[in-house]
Amino acid sequence: MTDASRPDGAPQDVEGASRSAGASTGDSINQAADPSTDSPSIQLLPDLDPASIPIRIHDMTIAYHRKPVLWDVDLDVPEGQLVGIVGPNGAGKSTMILAIMNLVPKASGWVRIYGKPYEEMRRIVGYVPQRESVDWDFPISALEVVTMGRFGHVGWIRRPSKQDKQLAHEALEKVGMGEYAHRQISQLSGGQQQRVFLARALAQDAKVYLMDEPFAGVDAATERAIIDILMELRAQGKTILVVHHDLQTVTRYFDWLIMLNMRVVASGPTEEVFNDTTLNKTYGGRLTVLSQAAQAVQDYERGRG
Amino acid sequence: MFDFLHVLHLHDATVRSVLFGSLLIGATGGVLGSFAVLRRRSLMGDALAHAALPGVALAFLWTGSKSLPVLISGATCTGVLGVLLIQFITTRTRIKADAAIGIVLTVFFGIGIVLLTHIQRSLVGNQAGLDKFLFGQAASMVEDDVRVMSVMSLLIIVVVLLLYKEFKALIFDPKFLQSLGYSLQRVDLALMGLIVLTVMVGLQAVGVVLIAAMLITPAVAARFWTERLHVMVVLAAFIGGLSGASGTFLSAQAPRVPTGPVMVLVATGLFVLSGLLAPRRGLLARWRRQRSNVLRERRHHLLRALVVLQERSDNATRFRVDELVQELGWERRRVAGEARRLRRLHLVDCRDGHVQATAQGLAEGTFVVKSHRLWEHYLVYRDILSADHVDRPADEVEHLLTPDILERLEEILQRDHGIDTERVVDIHGSGSQYRPAGRERNEVGT
Repeated sequence: MTDASRPDGAPQDVEGASRSAGASTGDSINQAADPSTDSPSIQLLPDLDPASIPIRIHDMTIAYHRKPVLWDVDLDVPEGQLVGIVGPNGAGKSTMILAIMNLVPKASGWVRIYGKPYEEMRRIVGYVPQRESVDWDFPISALEVVTMGRFGHVGWIRRPSKQDKQLAHEALEKVGMGEYAHRQISQLSGGQQQRVFLARALAQDAKVYLMDEPFAGVDAATERAIIDILMELRAQGKTILVVHHDLQTVTRYFDWLIMLNMRVVASGPTEEVFNDTTLNKTYGGRLTVLSQAAQAVQDYERGRG
Repeated sequence: MFDFLHVLHLHDATVRSVLFGSLLIGATGGVLGSFAVLRRRSLMGDALAHAALPGVALAFLWTGSKSLPVLISGATCTGVLGVLLIQFITTRTRIKADAAIGIVLTVFFGIGIVLLTHIQRSLVGNQAGLDKFLFGQAASMVEDDVRVMSVMSLLIIVVVLLLYKEFKALIFDPKFLQSLGYSLQRVDLALMGLIVLTVMVGLQAVGVVLIAAMLITPAVAARFWTERLHVMVVLAAFIGGLSGASGTFLSAQAPRVPTGPVMVLVATGLFVLSGLLAPRRGLLARWRRQRSNVLRERRHHLLRALVVLQERSDNATRFRVDELVQELGWERRRVAGEARRLRRLHLVDCRDGHVQATAQGLAEGTFVVKSHRLWEHYLVYRDILSADHVDRPADEVEHLLTPDILERLEEILQRDHGIDTERVVDIHGSGSQYRPAGRERNEVGT
């Protein structure tokens, strides 16, 4: 093969591996889409105008260092809903969020935000990264962090204006952190840090929010405060995609649920898709063949490289 | 002691400009160093500097010129080559960054030394004097050099001012910056480029061996004093500038002393001072905080013992030191010492071997007892611990409880567990087994 040197060689390998793995074990990778097993658990919105769908993902496969982490994702996210993404560790939840923002290379497929590529729509997308992804000992105040939410509007070289700072301050007030504006971020509790991240996303003034585990490691009061704000955003017609890990609160929090384990197991209104069957498929051992295939691809690449 | 007016030579334009040049170099190093250190790229600066040495030699061999721009260009070429090589090694092999830096740094430096030796041997008479690039010789700067350096330094600082926002976000949360549509590669390239320029500007004055210190030390020293990036950058510039100027000045006192080491020594002195004296992050401040915690804990323990004794003895208020020794399990000397300290704070009265809490002391003691017992109750009713495990953790937390928290505790205990908190009793039963926690227990009377 010639594609060892080609960066885009991955898709062929991935597809080849997935096909042969599925065929040899008889475990259908497209099980969820197979109408004979149970009711279709991936609900797409083919009848809607693409320009009215906040997030549409088509045939997307993602590989990190040639190890596939997300396979053949087809997904529609309806507007004005609080959408949860659940799945076990390594299911590709964070990767999916990054992929929507085009921050990881795609092996195949595309993503559209209201019918357009992310690059054209990034001003209406707000992002809350995982809290652990940054160094909280960085010498910066809560307000400065939140002001970063305005950088997308400010642009290269220019400085955030008075108005940007005002917006940042309001966002902090909104999450109940107004009085901590000038605190250094390491002096905040985990829940407070998470609120600062949320405030930064609010300062982005977006229509679509992508949040990576905003409830991780926060106290009950903060969880309450955050979910209240998310529901308020929803009431304003915004679409919020939340990576979540607490299955107990799934039915209470989310209108729409995406269940993920290296592929989309189920996607649809929470009460329709959240059941024992889908839970088993998402968290049970049935997908090991996918991880095995992914591992095989990586081993192969490693052996060759 | 030297005659300052004489050695300062501030009337001498050359001396003045050399001092100004090294001040600028130090300040620029401090500014870029702040970003480099926070981005964990400080060793990259070291590698860069070492890898610059062969460039200096090659530039001279090629052109025969010793002019600063020529030498700096050569230095930049091999310096950047070294950094690229490190990046190549870390991304294409399994060798980690520190090992890659070690390999590249040493091999480039080795080549540089070989070339320098060759130049010195072969070019008799025109002793190239390139060895000043090893340890730096600010005094060897001529006014043209200073002009080149000043222009470059100012350029670097202007670019930092323009891209400050981008650099801050790049270091704190690169993924977020990227999600906003900024190209990480470009921001990072700009930052690395500025670090390269900074190192090159300082090469002649500080030398390849030590210039990394002018990036790292002022920045780390500044970090002790502040929790704000812009303050850190300004402070680092100040510390760097001070080190640069005074290093040059001091090394000029003895013509054979190279400038680099003196600058580094001054910077390190400022770093040590910062590490000791800085208000929150400094060692002394930390030590003082710990000490005040210990003292508060002791004060609480003594006052609590007085309240508990009073409770148990039908409202007697004066107690012999022996009784307190028994109750606290401290050495007699410590009890007496602590009582004397609290007397100075007007929390207790001490008279003929007896200790009595003042109204103020009693109030604080009662509060502490209440905190302790409420907290114990809370832990027990939360089923976190069984009753016989309670004393220790309650002991550690009670000192930190605020009236707000106490109020909430009371509320929870009353509401959820139907406890009359007004009459909260010692849950160990009669005869408090109260013992302060930690190293102060054991010894004396059981």
